[in-house]
Amino acid sequence: MKQFSYIRAEDVAGAVAALSADPQARLLAGGTNLVDLMKYDVMSPATVIDINRLPLKDIETLEDGSLRIGALVSNAALAYDPTVIDRFPLLASALLAGASPQLRNAATTGGNLLQRTRCYYFYDPSSPCNKREPGSGCGAIGGVNRIHAILGTSASCIATHPSDMCVALAALDAVVEVEGPDGRRDIPFLDFHRLPGDEPQYDNTLAPDEMVVAIRLHPDHFAANHSYLKIRDRLSYAFALVSVAAAIDMKDGAIVDIRVALGGVAHKPWRNPLAEAECAGKPADEATFRQLAQRLLAGAQGQGGNDFKIPMAERTIIRALTQAASGTPQVQSEKAIR
Amino acid sequence: MFNPSKIVGLPVSRIDGPLKVSGTAPYAAEHYEPGMLHGAIVLSAIATGKIRNIDTSKAEAVPGVVKIYTHENRPSAAWWDSKWQDSVAPPGSPFRPLEKPHIQFDGQPVTLVIAETYEAARDAASLVTVEYKAETPETNLHTVYPNAYEPKKKRSGIQPPPKPRGEPEEAFAGAAYRISAEYVMEGEHHNPMELFATTVLWESDQQLTVHDKTQGSQASRDYICNIFGLDPDDVVVKNAYVGGAFGQGLRPKHQLFLAVMASLDLKRSVKVEMSRQEMFALTWRPSSLQTVSLAADADGMLQSVMHHAVQATSRYEDYQEVVVNWSGLAYKCDNAKLTYELAQVDMSTPGDMRAPGAATGVLALESAMDELATEIGMDPLDLRVKNFIHFDQNGDKQLTSKALHACYREGAEAFGWSERSAAPRSMRDGHDLVGWGMATGFWEAGMAPAEAKVRYAIDGKVTVSAAATDIGTGTYTILAQLGAEAFDVPIEAVHVAIADSTLPTTGVEGGSWTAASTGSAVQIAAEAVKATLLDMAQDMENSPLGKAKPEEVVIRDGRLVLDVNSQVGIALSDILASKQLSSVEEPGKAGPDMLQMRKFVSYTHSAVFVEVKIDEQLGVIRVTRVVSAIGAGRILNPKTARSQILGGIVMGIGMALHEESMIDHRTGRIMNHNLAEYHVPAHADISDLEVIFVDEHDDKASPIGVKGLGEIGIVGVAAAVANAIYHATGTRFRHFPITIDKILESQLKHA
Repeated sequence: MKQFSYIRAEDVAGAVAALSADPQARLLAGGTNLVDLMKYDVMSPATVIDINRLPLKDIETLEDGSLRIGALVSNAALAYDPTVIDRFPLLASALLAGASPQLRNAATTGGNLLQRTRCYYFYDPSSPCNKREPGSGCGAIGGVNRIHAILGTSASCIATHPSDMCVALAALDAVVEVEGPDGRRDIPFLDFHRLPGDEPQYDNTLAPDEMVVAIRLHPDHFAANHSYLKIRDRLSYAFALVSVAAAIDMKDGAIVDIRVALGGVAHKPWRNPLAEAECAGKPADEATFRQLAQRLLAGAQGQGGNDFKIPMAERTIIRALTQAASGTPQVQSEKAIR
Repeated sequence: MFNPSKIVGLPVSRIDGPLKVSGTAPYAAEHYEPGMLHGAIVLSAIATGKIRNIDTSKAEAVPGVVKIYTHENRPSAAWWDSKWQDSVAPPGSPFRPLEKPHIQFDGQPVTLVIAETYEAARDAASLVTVEYKAETPETNLHTVYPNAYEPKKKRSGIQPPPKPRGEPEEAFAGAAYRISAEYVMEGEHHNPMELFATTVLWESDQQLTVHDKTQGSQASRDYICNIFGLDPDDVVVKNAYVGGAFGQGLRPKHQLFLAVMASLDLKRSVKVEMSRQEMFALTWRPSSLQTVSLAADADGMLQSVMHHAVQATSRYEDYQEVVVNWSGLAYKCDNAKLTYELAQVDMSTPGDMRAPGAATGVLALESAMDELATEIGMDPLDLRVKNFIHFDQNGDKQLTSKALHACYREGAEAFGWSERSAAPRSMRDGHDLVGWGMATGFWEAGMAPAEAKVRYAIDGKVTVSAAATDIGTGTYTILAQLGAEAFDVPIEAVHVAIADSTLPTTGVEGGSWTAASTGSAVQIAAEAVKATLLDMAQDMENSPLGKAKPEEVVIRDGRLVLDVNSQVGIALSDILASKQLSSVEEPGKAGPDMLQMRKFVSYTHSAVFVEVKIDEQLGVIRVTRVVSAIGAGRILNPKTARSQILGGIVMGIGMALHEESMIDHRTGRIMNHNLAEYHVPAHADISDLEVIFVDEHDDKASPIGVKGLGEIGIVGVAAAVANAIYHATGTRFRHFPITIDKILESQLKHA
C-alpha cells in the first residue's frame, strides 16, 4: 500500500473539480473495493477524494413516478427501502444476493457500479494483466479461469463485472446520472459498462473527470413477475458464477415484455434486447425461455476452466424465468432454489 | 484416580470467552511499545529460479525507513540444517529466509523492510523492485507422479506403513466383489483468522520477550535460540491467545526469524505481521493421489485391502503423514498392502493440517468402502459393522477402547438412517435430489510428555501452570476445571498460567494431545499437592488424619478429609499455617506409558451421517444435516468438546465441497490467495449439525481417561458428504473438492 493524499469534498462541484485537477485521483465512497485494491497495490491513486459528505443519500420518487437513487445510498439502505421492495423487488433481491450484511452497510450505489473485476490476475500485481497494466498480457487466458467470462471477451481480457445490483439495473433499463465539468448527462445503463476490446483498462464509459451522482429507474416495472437467481461456489458470500435477473410483463400467459440480464459471464451485465423483443406475444413457457436463453448465449466461448458456465447459464436463465413467470421469485434468505 | 465429576464433565463456558468477544484478548500482533519498529515483507513473484537483482533505492528514500534486508545483507545465522530444524520438522533442509538468491516457492520472502511505522514499511515494500531469472516450475502432482519415491528418512513420530500381510493381490483376484478407484485431492491452506505475527520486545543484546503466533512457545524459543545462538534462559516466548492455527502454527514461520533478526541487528523492538496472501506461501495440506482396492467375499467380509498414496512435498524437505495405515486397522482384513510415497513439487513444504494424514487417507478409504457396499448391494453401515474389529492388525496390538459400535448405533438412530432407500436417485424433495451418506472416522489418541505445576494458596486460590497453548480449543477452561475439581473450589478461584515458554515443559499444541497430556500432568501435580498437604497434616499434633493414605483422603469445602467420612479432617488453611506457609506447589509429569504401549494402542472413532440436497437442474448442493457420533473417552467439557467437533465438521464440509488452493501450473503460483476467492463454508453452507459423545470408558489412553478431540471431528466428514452425493446423484465423485461444475457436468450426462 502506497501513501496517498486525502481530500474531503464538501459538494459535488468540489468533487468534480478535484477530479478534473487530477484525473488519476479516485473517489472514496464506501471504500469496500477501493481500499482493498489499494492494500493489494492494484490501485495506487496519489489522491483519494472522500465524497461521503455529499448530499447524495436520498431515494426519491419523481413526479413521473420514476425512482431516483442517490449515488451514496448504501446497498443495505436501498435493499430495505420500502418503495424499492414494493415497486422494484428485483433490485432489492439482487442487492441481497451480493456480499455480506457488513459490506452492504458500507458499499454505495455509485460504488457498486464502479467495482472492479475479481479476476485473480487483476488482483495480483505480480501477474500480467491488461486491465491493471495495459500491454502486460492476460494471465487468465490459459490460466486459472473458472470464474471468467464466456461472452464478449477479447484476446486481451476475459474478466467479468462482479456486481449483482448492476445485473438487476441492466434488466430494468436504469439510467445513470453523471456529472462532469460541463454539467450533468444521462447514460443508459446498457451503455455504462463496456466490453474489454483491446482497452480492458476501461471498465465503463465514464469520463475520468465525471462522477456518478444518481441512478434513475423507470416507473413501475416488473413488480409482479421477476426473479434474481445467483449460482455460486458456496451458498453465500461468493461472486456469481452465473446470475440472472429475469423480469416479465405478462398478459393471459403471453409475454408482453421480457428482460433477461446475466451476471458473471461478461465484462458487463449481458443482455440481448433484440432477442427479448422477439419473445413478445409468445407464451411464457419453458420452450420460449429455452429459445431466449440460447439466443442470449449465442457465441458463448469457454476458456477451459469455465466451460461449465455455458450450460449453467442456460439452465439458470430457464429457471429464473420460470420463477418469474410463476410469481415465485427466488428469496435470497432461502437456501433451496425455488 | 479421579473424583466423580463435579466441575469436570460440565459444559463450562470458556473462561477466556469474555476477553475474546470483547476484543480485549491480546494476540501476537497486538502488543505495543513506544518506538517499536514495523516490518513489511516483499514476496517472490516467481515459484522457482533466482533473484538477479533487487533495487531498494526507491524504498530507502521513503521517510521512516530504517533498514532493508535482502539475501545480500542479511545478518548471519546458524549454518547447520540441524539448527534450523524445529521440534516437528520433517527430514531435509528447512527453509532459511533471505539466505540465498534462490527461489524455492511462490511467495517466498525476498526482502524485509523495517520502518518506524507500519505505513512507511508497506509503502517502501511496494517500491522494492526485484528482477528474477525464472525457471519453469513443476507444481502439478499429476505430472510428477511418475517420480514418486518412498521417503528414505522417516519423519519422527510418523509411523511408516506396515509391511504387507497375507496375500492381498491373490485374495483380491479371487474375491466375489471387488472395487478399485483413484481419488484426487487438491491442496488446501489452513487460513486461521489470525495472521502469523511476531512482536519482539528488545531488552538487551541477549534478552528478548517475543509474542509469537505459534502452537508452541517453547518450540519457537528453541528455534530462535538455535539459529541466533541465544541462551534459552534469556528468551521468553509468549502466545497467550492464538486465533486459530489448525496445525499451521506447529512449525515456526519466517516472520519469527525476520522479526528476531531485525530486533537483534537494530537493537530495537520489532513487529512483523504477515498479509493474508503470505498465508498461502506456507505450510499447506498436500495434494494427493490415492488408489484404493477393496475386495469382499459373498457375505461382505473384507478379503483384501490395498491402499497406495502419493502426496506432494517440497524440493527441500520430505514432509510425511500417516495416510494409508488407517486402511489396515479400520476393519478386519487379513490381507493388506499399504504403500506411501512422495513426489516433489516447486512449492513450500506442506505441513500438518487438522487430522493430517487421516483426513486424506480416510477420505479415500471411506469413499471406497461406500463403493464396495454399492458393488455388493449392501447397506454401507451394515458393511462397516460386519467388518468391525476390536484390534489393531497393523501393529498386532490391543485397543484401549473402541466404542465405535455405539457411534454407529446412536448416530444412525439420531439421523434416521433406517429410513434410507438404498437406490441412488431414489429420494427427492421438490427440485432437489436427496442423498444420505455415512463414513467412519479414526484418529490416533496419543500423549506427549508434559509437565505442569499446581499451587494451592492459603486464601483458597489455585494456580495451574504449564507452557501449553490454547489455540481456541478450550485449554484454559479444561485446565481450570481440573484445578477446581481437585481442590473443590469454584472455577473462578483457579488461575491458569499457560502460553509462556518459562513455564513447565510441554509439547506443541497438536495431534489432539494437549487435554490428555497437559491435563494429566495437572491432575498428577494436584495429587502431589494433596499428598504434600496430607504429609503436613500428619505432622500436626493430634492429627485426625493419622495414618490415612493419600488415596483415602479428599479435599472438600476447604478441608482435607477422609473420603469415607468427611467429618474427619483439617482445614487446608490450618495445615498451611502449621508450617507457616502461604501456599504449597508441586510439579506433575505425564507421558505415554511405554510398557503399556507395547501391547496397547489407542484411537478415537466417529460415525458421520450426512444428508445433502442437490438441485437436479443446476447442481447447487446443500449439506442439510450432519450427525457425528464420537467415541473419544472421557469428555472434560461437553461444550468446548462439541465446539471442536462442530468446527471439524465445518472444515470437513469445506474439504468436500470448497477448499482448494488453485495453482497456475504455468507459473507455479497460487492464484486465489485471499479469503474472497479461497472458499471455506460460509454460514449459509452450514445447517443442522448434531454431535453425540458416546459413553466410552478408557483407563489406559491417558491417566485422566481423555483421548483428545481436535482432529477426530473432521475425519470421515468429506467421505460422508461424497457418499451422500453419490446416493443423491448416482455419480461417484473422486476428485475433491466436489465443486458445482463437477456436479453439473454429471447432471448433464444424466439428462
